[in-house]
Amino acid sequence: MITVKNLTGGYAGGEVLKGISFEVCEGELFGILGPNGSGKTTLLKMISGALNFREGSIDVEGRPLTQYSPKQLARMMAVLPQHGEQAFPYSVKETVSLGRYAHQKGWFNSWHDEDEQIVQKVMEQTGITRLQDKSIVELSGGEKQRVFLAQALAQQPRILLLDEPTNHLDLSFQKELLDLLKKWAAEEELTVVSIFHDLNLASLYCDRLLLMENGEVLIVDTPAEVLKEERIKKVYKTQIKNHPHPEIAKPQLLLVPEADGGHDADFKIDARFLDVGQDRIVLQSPMNLRTMSSGITGAGIGWHSSFVHRVVPMEYDCSDHKAEMAEYLQENGFLPSETVGMMTAVPAETASYQLFEDGDLSIFIIVSAGNTHRDRPRNINTWLFINGKISEEAFIQSAMTAAEAKISVLNELEGSGAGSAGQSAGISTDSICIAAIQQGESIAYAGTATPLGKLISEGIYTCTKEAILKYRSSKAAFKH
Amino acid sequence: MQKPFIRTFLNNKGLAYIISTAFLIISMLLGISIGTVSIPVPAIIEIIGAEIFRFQGQGIDSMHESIVMDIRLPRVLLAGLVGASLAIAGAAFQGLLRNPLADPYTLGISSGASIGAVITLFFGISLPLVGAFTLPVLSILFAFATVLFVLFFARRVDRLLRVETIILTGIILSSFLGSFISLMIALSGEELRQIIGWLLGSVSMRGWEYIKIIFPFFIIGLVILLANTRELNAMSFGEERAQHLGVNVERRKLLILLSGSLLTGSAVAVSGTIGFVGLVIPHLTRTVWGPDHRHLLPLSVLIGSGFLILADLVSRTIIAPSELPIGVITALIGAPIFALILMRNRKERSAGQ
Repeated sequence: MITVKNLTGGYAGGEVLKGISFEVCEGELFGILGPNGSGKTTLLKMISGALNFREGSIDVEGRPLTQYSPKQLARMMAVLPQHGEQAFPYSVKETVSLGRYAHQKGWFNSWHDEDEQIVQKVMEQTGITRLQDKSIVELSGGEKQRVFLAQALAQQPRILLLDEPTNHLDLSFQKELLDLLKKWAAEEELTVVSIFHDLNLASLYCDRLLLMENGEVLIVDTPAEVLKEERIKKVYKTQIKNHPHPEIAKPQLLLVPEADGGHDADFKIDARFLDVGQDRIVLQSPMNLRTMSSGITGAGIGWHSSFVHRVVPMEYDCSDHKAEMAEYLQENGFLPSETVGMMTAVPAETASYQLFEDGDLSIFIIVSAGNTHRDRPRNINTWLFINGKISEEAFIQSAMTAAEAKISVLNELEGSGAGSAGQSAGISTDSICIAAIQQGESIAYAGTATPLGKLISEGIYTCTKEAILKYRSSKAAFKH
Repeated sequence: MQKPFIRTFLNNKGLAYIISTAFLIISMLLGISIGTVSIPVPAIIEIIGAEIFRFQGQGIDSMHESIVMDIRLPRVLLAGLVGASLAIAGAAFQGLLRNPLADPYTLGISSGASIGAVITLFFGISLPLVGAFTLPVLSILFAFATVLFVLFFARRVDRLLRVETIILTGIILSSFLGSFISLMIALSGEELRQIIGWLLGSVSMRGWEYIKIIFPFFIIGLVILLANTRELNAMSFGEERAQHLGVNVERRKLLILLSGSLLTGSAVAVSGTIGFVGLVIPHLTRTVWGPDHRHLLPLSVLIGSGFLILADLVSRTIIAPSELPIGVITALIGAPIFALILMRNRKERSAGQ
């Protein structure tokens, strides 16, 4: 559809673009990315014919751009400007109708039914029909953007060029606009070439991306390939983190602000922050910890500062235990959004906790275990606080290491003690929460062979065993 | 801004044309009727009808007939043509430059045209081939040269060709050319009266000759501008936008500037410098009937001509038997309106940010 070859040129002051070559296919949503001053807008202006180039060629549908007359070009290609200028208060409909200019013939161009229908249709598509008699100077930025989009669409172009289309739009209309573009690209074979500032939006919607740096093409490829963490870090010279979208298979880039440095470098989670009460165990961290948990509130991956282990009566049964738990937290002064909450029927005083250290490395573990009745599921809840900065894989490895340590305790106790070995492993409602302070030295791995893994193995083993034994003895005391 | 219902009511374009045509006709009738000798409206219609259809009307007062046909009708027609030329040129410049403050006067085009005319009078130049048309031709050439110079200079100063720069350049050039005119006046001997009288701006005692001078230029400029109204609409969104909409910007811009200068130059040639018509009339028309140039231009023609006929009527009756220069009247009405436009523009801008 568009073939750019060895494009070189710029303004009188100097060359902005140096040997740009790429191709855009029909019906494609093609994104142009690059830091400020990399030549994105200049490139778009050259493709739109608004700026002449010095060397190279641009072909549109196999024909050189320079061979199109202005009207022919306007029927082929429409441009949505970054800022619309409005000197006079035209009505919305007058503005949109100007899009039909290139389709009208003769000196005193007449307005046909077809023109009217198209204008009505594009106003409908962009949701501005109810604004049509309003003056454009009275509109909000988002509404104006829609009016100019409608004007561009009234040209019935095959190619739509956009310069940061989501600039003045709020979140919902950003999505609406891009969804619409995506749909048109698919349904009407509209080719869309757009500059994006927002890398994440570009990643979500574009079929292919072109990344520019200093007037040159760095790479043209799929979003997953272009938005590699290292590449973007280098081009934009900033700290970012690549993270997959939670719902769809597209990369998303997250900014990492400079650390505020307000925290004590030797900060450590230990028994100082723990409060074991009658009916709950609470650990209140002074800062947010990176958590991965399978609790009731705050489950999954997130950042939390309060950890609540709530003891409920054996008969506790609630159809919506999540909501009930949130209510409980609220009543007791915890913010559900900042809290990892778990539940158990095991008495709080039987929980075991301890700080394990190995050189600079330290972890703090709390285990509450109950083998309870034969007909009730086993319930061992584990909190593992790691005083270090660990990677995502280390989180998963920690969970595996902890689980192995737990099973070995169970095997040991069940195997030697109660005769009905193995059966108790039946159904379990065990939960785990791994929290890391994410400060200090980075720890990439936590497998059983690593220092951290060893510490976890040892810690979980010790605490779990102690907790089970404490629980059993309290049960025995109760029975007597 | 008007109240919404007034806007809808006036937005009816058919009505707009009826109102402005009626305004023009009434102005013409008033202009012909009122004077030291008052002529009743039926008599005017009868006299003009008799002239057009070549029939011998009964009971037509021959003195009335000569007053109407030789003095007042040409004067009213000339005022109308000048008003129409200045108003449509102003409307076109405002659209092209995207600024309601642009007009032939602020852009220095009137001064350029004046220089041309003053040079013709001062040196008594008569060009071969054009003969009697020397003055308008030179005025138009100077007007066009001025526009080109203003645009060229403004582009050198500011690559983006911001409208503020253009207007500032126009005003500076205007004063510069003004001093040249003063110089020529100071050096002039017997041409002095002629030059001064001409500079003050007047449509009196010009006769049919002057109408013959301005009419062809008026028609050419009018037709070209009316054929470019949709391009003007597109260009008032910025030249780049217009190009994306399919307008051949370079050619159209040149055409519009050329015909605007043509109209201004010929108007200045026959009537001297009459300010503010090109500024105020398009602005008022736009405020009432909207900015769509397809209607703005023809409506400005109708309102502009009616307005200048009335201004001329006031100028010759207000201190009768003496006459005020018509430029004085238009400036007295125009300057306060100019100030109002400026204030409202500022307010809109600060409200918009």
